Amino acid sequence: MVWDWIPRNRELILGLLAEHLVLSLLPVLAGLVLAVPLGWLANRSPAARAVLIPTAGVLYTIPSLVLFVVLPGILGTQILDPVNVVVALTVYTVALLVRSVADALAAVPSMVVAAATAMGFRPARRFVAVEFPLAVPVLIAGLRVAAVSNISLVSVGALIGVGGLGFLFTDGYQKDFPTEIITGIVLSMLIALLTDALLLTLGRVLTPWHRLAGSRG
Amino acid sequence: MTILSSVLAWFADPVHWSGPEGVPARVLEHVYYGALALLVGALLAVPVGLLVGHTGRGGFLVVGLANWLRSLPDLGLLILLVLLVGIGLVPVVAALVVLAVPPLLAGAYAGVRNTDRAVVDAARGMGMREHEVLLRVELPNALPLLFGGLRSAVLQVVATTSVAAYVGFGGLGRFLIDGFRAQADPIAKYTEMTAGVLLIAALALLLEAVLAGVQRAVVSPGLRAPGRGARSPADMVLRDDPPCPLTETKPETAGVNP
Repeated sequence: MVWDWIPRNRELILGLLAEHLVLSLLPVLAGLVLAVPLGWLANRSPAARAVLIPTAGVLYTIPSLVLFVVLPGILGTQILDPVNVVVALTVYTVALLVRSVADALAAVPSMVVAAATAMGFRPARRFVAVEFPLAVPVLIAGLRVAAVSNISLVSVGALIGVGGLGFLFTDGYQKDFPTEIITGIVLSMLIALLTDALLLTLGRVLTPWHRLAGSRG
Repeated sequence: MTILSSVLAWFADPVHWSGPEGVPARVLEHVYYGALALLVGALLAVPVGLLVGHTGRGGFLVVGLANWLRSLPDLGLLILLVLLVGIGLVPVVAALVVLAVPPLLAGAYAGVRNTDRAVVDAARGMGMREHEVLLRVELPNALPLLFGGLRSAVLQVVATTSVAAYVGFGGLGRFLIDGFRAQADPIAKYTEMTAGVLLIAALALLLEAVLAGVQRAVVSPGLRAPGRGARSPADMVLRDDPPCPLTETKPETAGVNP
């Protein structure tokens, strides 16, 4: 390790770190916003489910690298445009979450839904106040997988020139300089594990009844 | 010429279908690296996952290890290994093994843990020894989740084997990397890259369909409840927090509309 390489290249590393965070986490956010209504629809209507779930399965099967390359042809963007990576990972996140959301909503006990209806909740409010909160643990589990795999996938984008910290891998390879590569690996793992811990904590905060269940033994 | 027609022309050109740089040879290389990595990964991960699931000891370690390995950026790992030990099959396969282990480990572990405890107790009550309980009761019951893990491992390995081309190895990634590096004309460059990634996607979809068929043939019909077979790793996230009394459902009923 050439330790002093790190402070000398602080600007570069921090810039790549910021790019990496945006490229990997913006799709998680966008994917969540898209997946909740789609998952709700898939749970409500069997017809929508028959279309959405298999489509999500196929999209999930297509490697993200494939989308990085094919999207410019579809969107009319440049191949080096970061938008390709953001859209590709958003598609990937939606494909992963739609099924989670639909299954989580389906697993809400019908008695709870019936009780909420009997208490006078209208469907929209019942969804926001009862069904959605009960789906949070499964949703958080899906988000954790999406966030961690996105953070690791972004660096693959370096093969086609847009990859956040992945630049340190390709650049380090060309310079035959392991320090640069190790820096990239450690930072990438660090943000993945921090994001994961953050989502886990968020899940705990959003579902206080977990703590009751935990204390019960 | 538009991209679509030039990609079609690329596929129609017989030059791309023969010889050591043709599509069939590249597909074989791709499958070879991937299969080797999956085999090594399965030999490492499945026994550990089954044992930890059976004994219930070390679950925390399995969760932690799977999370750590999942967060490793594969391209970086591969390049680092190549710089340290030189270009060869070992660093390529090792980097892919790291990718295959977490879903297989999680699938085997979660599969055994999710086996109905009453069934396991019944097996013990019938006088089965521990290894019989594991191999004849818990393993067959774990197959749906284990297959879910295998399918997600296969997908990730097929997708990522492409990076082997970056360090000078073969496989379908060659078309992508060569197109990106060597072709000067932007249309030719994009055509070769697109053809390469379409082949990778086709391979992934084909393997997914084959594995889904194998799963249907192997898994006991008694375990085939709607929505049961885990399709995505999200279904197999290892729970390390207490179950919610309201959303926690038995695996048998998960995904069934009440």
